[in-house]
Amino acid sequence: MEYTLMILLLPLVSFVLLGLSGNKLSHKTSGMIGTGSLLMVALLSFYAAGEYFTTQKVDAIFQTLVPLNVPWLNMGANLHIDMGILLDPLSVMMLVVISTVSLMVHIYSLGYMKGEKGFQRYYAFLSLFTFSMLGLVLSTNIFQMYIFWELVGVSSYLLIGFYYTKPSAVAAAKKAFIVTRFADMFFLIGILVLSYYTQTFDFGTLTSGNGAVFQQAISTQFLGASALVWAMALIFIGGAGKSAMFPLHIWLPDAMEGPTPVSALIHAATMVVAGVYLVARLFPVYVLFTPQVLEGIAYVGAFTSMFAAVIAIVQTDIKRVLAFSTISQIGFMMVALGVSKFDGHEGLGYMASLFHLFTHAMFKALLFLGAGSVIHAVHSNEMENMGGLRKKMPITHLTFLTACLAIAGIPPFSGFFSKDEILSATYQYNTGLGIWMTLVAGLTAFYMFRLYYSIFWGKEKQHAHPLHESPKSMTFPLIFLAIPTLLGGFIPFGQLVTADRAPYTIHMDWLVAVISVVVALEAIFIASKLYQHPKKPATVPSGLKGFHKAASHRFYVDEVYLFVTKKILFNGISRAFAWFDRHVVDGFINGLATATDWFSIRIRGFQSGEIAWYAWVFLFGTLLITVLILFI
Amino acid sequence: MSYFDNFLIMRSEVSLLTVILFLLLFDIIAGKKGKKYFQPVAILLFALHTLTNLVPEAAGEAFGGMYQYHPVMTIIKTVLNVATLIIFLQSKHVFDGNEMKDQRGEYYFLTLSTLLGMYLMISSGHFLLFFIGLETASIPLATLIAFSKHCKKSAEAGVKFILLSAFSSGILLFGISYLYGTTGSLYFTEVSMQISHNPLQIMAFIFFLSGLFFKVSFVPFHLWTADVYEGAPTNVTSYLSVVSKGSAAFVLMTLLFKLFGSYLYEWQTLLFWIIIVTITVGNLFALRQQNIKRFLAFSSISQAGYIALGIISGSALGMTTVIYYIFVYIFSNLAAFGVISAIESRTGKTDIPDYKGLYQTNPKLSFVMMLAMFSLAGIAPFAGFMSKFFIFSAAAEQGFYLLVIVAVVNTIISLYYYLRVVKAMFIDPNGQPLPALSTDSWNRASLILCTAAIIFVGLLGFILDMIEKQSFGI
Repeated sequence: MEYTLMILLLPLVSFVLLGLSGNKLSHKTSGMIGTGSLLMVALLSFYAAGEYFTTQKVDAIFQTLVPLNVPWLNMGANLHIDMGILLDPLSVMMLVVISTVSLMVHIYSLGYMKGEKGFQRYYAFLSLFTFSMLGLVLSTNIFQMYIFWELVGVSSYLLIGFYYTKPSAVAAAKKAFIVTRFADMFFLIGILVLSYYTQTFDFGTLTSGNGAVFQQAISTQFLGASALVWAMALIFIGGAGKSAMFPLHIWLPDAMEGPTPVSALIHAATMVVAGVYLVARLFPVYVLFTPQVLEGIAYVGAFTSMFAAVIAIVQTDIKRVLAFSTISQIGFMMVALGVSKFDGHEGLGYMASLFHLFTHAMFKALLFLGAGSVIHAVHSNEMENMGGLRKKMPITHLTFLTACLAIAGIPPFSGFFSKDEILSATYQYNTGLGIWMTLVAGLTAFYMFRLYYSIFWGKEKQHAHPLHESPKSMTFPLIFLAIPTLLGGFIPFGQLVTADRAPYTIHMDWLVAVISVVVALEAIFIASKLYQHPKKPATVPSGLKGFHKAASHRFYVDEVYLFVTKKILFNGISRAFAWFDRHVVDGFINGLATATDWFSIRIRGFQSGEIAWYAWVFLFGTLLITVLILFI
Repeated sequence: MSYFDNFLIMRSEVSLLTVILFLLLFDIIAGKKGKKYFQPVAILLFALHTLTNLVPEAAGEAFGGMYQYHPVMTIIKTVLNVATLIIFLQSKHVFDGNEMKDQRGEYYFLTLSTLLGMYLMISSGHFLLFFIGLETASIPLATLIAFSKHCKKSAEAGVKFILLSAFSSGILLFGISYLYGTTGSLYFTEVSMQISHNPLQIMAFIFFLSGLFFKVSFVPFHLWTADVYEGAPTNVTSYLSVVSKGSAAFVLMTLLFKLFGSYLYEWQTLLFWIIIVTITVGNLFALRQQNIKRFLAFSSISQAGYIALGIISGSALGMTTVIYYIFVYIFSNLAAFGVISAIESRTGKTDIPDYKGLYQTNPKLSFVMMLAMFSLAGIAPFAGFMSKFFIFSAAAEQGFYLLVIVAVVNTIISLYYYLRVVKAMFIDPNGQPLPALSTDSWNRASLILCTAAIIFVGLLGFILDMIEKQSFGI
């Protein structure tokens, strides 16, 4: 399956082409180049997935394929960084997700970004992002993954800051880059610790389940935990940064400053699940050797999902609601991974997590694109400027409703199946956690329908332009994505992607299913009472006023960050370092410069231009060497 | 082995000689019309020669050991070929003008003759062949340096070069005569077996090395460099700074191993001091230069010091990194010289202050120059960073920590003067920058090649591995 290399190279070619000659091309051509290459990528990915899942099964277990692996840098005797392509159920599934959503976003942007300044640049960056994301999931070793991981961060930065004349966009881009980069620092340290003790970067070796590889890492203790635990925890922090887990989630809501299709691609479907992908990729290590870290992951995920869901309820900007909803849903995936075991039916959580990753990518991309379609029409992100849009924008309305039902977990929409598996897995693990996650699911249904009713129901507002449905290039992706949103749940996911690679049949846990559906319906009912035909603005019960205020301020996490960085770091610690830098480090360099200067003036006479002098110095040099040799 | 097989082993020399003779004949026979095609033919023929000699063969020797071949020699010869080819691409436009039109034939075959001399130096197994190679490489070079007939500086540089070159050859020959006197042989293999700590042999070692140090322009044998570089036509200067220097560094390295292996401690100590002095003095002088060619002359002196860092480590890794360093250095330096040559031939300006505001009028040339400076200074992620990094790690691996620290400190100093050029082009205001220049497509091709190499060579890990594989066992 060497042709998978093309999947990786096509977006790169498109990026180079558009990046180098972008401004000379017309909007139309550059859009076509970007979309055309992505269409090929998507077709190749589907073909590869089809071929992989039908042919690469030996003894009912999916095999790992490495069609390409080139040594790139040798570091010491055993350690080397390779560049290659890894195909296994996980990466093949990700290929499908990324290429589908990316293709839809490419098509959608033809309409959404029409006439924007920097259209070519936009498509160049989209290609760069797609290349990096595909490279990330196809990496054969953790270092290659890290390289693409950073590339993904850069392209996300570029796309968030696409409207670079807008100060808020620039600030958001910076924030996203710095926060994720901060997390990546831990990731890198984790990689270095891991590779130092295991002498390998290779995923194949790391995830083989062979304990001998980790012998040294387990036996080395540091601050009460083994080196392996430290390494895996640090690696998870990197994943938590990209996947916006509490308390590293602060960048994601601000990242909504980027163009809406970008939010759909990067901040809903692909990049933000990189952390989930990372944990899933290293899952055998987590589950077999560091179960305590995995438990931590479960609780971080559980807390984050509740935390974000509560905030989502009070947001008024529709993209922010979706952003917090994304954080919350990724929390679900993390919980599922955290509660999973390795073998057979105990590995339900792993399967459920990736199933949810898949369905979530589809319906969340749909939600974002739908929101983009609404924003495109009303020219505002705020709910108060919307209402009654269901007649003016029927396609957007119906597809949006499909996605809302999916995320709320109503059967037979795709979200129901994947979320139900996650809930079953959490109940098996711990009933308390199961109840907690069911509550979050209820909140999800509530805030999504609050959003839905506020946009599409209620009174129509006055608008400067007459409202109309979006162009075909924008409605086509909506309809296309509605298909997997509607039917994705019937994919036999257990047959394809499991922790131990052996397929197994999913059994419905009817009790869990009924409870979660009832809770979701109840939440939707309350939302419809409050927001479907609002007579007066919904009031907040007085007892909850303080809580409401705190939630609208996102529980002041940003303020805590600002306090820590501005007041403590910059003022206290940085000042001391600045003094040291200015006086000691710069002092040394300046001293060096002064000495160099002084010296170079003194020896200028050497270069006199006279041949006799040159010959003399030559001879003198020979003599000097003789003396040197004599005395050593 | 038949007589013919001997020639087969030295096929790279034979093919180069064929090219030279053909060009000579072409120049004599061709009429006015035919001569129009002289330069493209010369460049293409040489490119063909480069391509046909790309693949290394099995090691062997010819003419009873006079000539020795090892696969790594193909690599270094290819490196020199590529450099020469780039220089040819860059010099085409110089001879398209009227002033030097009649001399173009001489330029090509004189340059190729010196290259042939370097080939012989590299592959020789006998002092006689070595010396013939050395002189073949030096004497035509003096003619090339004095090539601009109407330029006084060029003539002066030529005289300086030929006199000092003769002087150094004399001393080197003196060293060889001592070796012959004490061992009774001129074959490298026989001489090296009889090397002991006999005082006469030690003196021979010193004289011989002094001669070679002159070629590589280590301090204090470097004084000719700046004057010659400044006076010579720019394309000859670039040839001197990369091809001549690169081949000399390679020969120095192989001979230190082959001939004076038993003096390992002595030459390591010697190189230790020479590296410190060379890098530092080269840098100190480079700081104050206003003329860009003179500036690059001193920069090339300190670069030679860095190359020696790989030699001193005396390991297979060191050897690999030396070749790699030369390879990268060629592209960085030639990118700079390509820009200088383009500017000089149109405007005659060669001073750094003339480059002020160049970015406004010539953004592409400025960009190439900037990359060249970054690479020479060793800024990541360009190729120059990788080559410096590898050569430092080779030296550090052998325990030369102090040396590496000195080299790193000097790298910081060098940043200042390399960036000075960048600053002049991009930041310094200038009401009247040089006019927008158009380069010919040959020169442009060379600049694109260099730029691509600067960006990508560092990222392509297999290049280093390939060199390492071939340099095994020399």
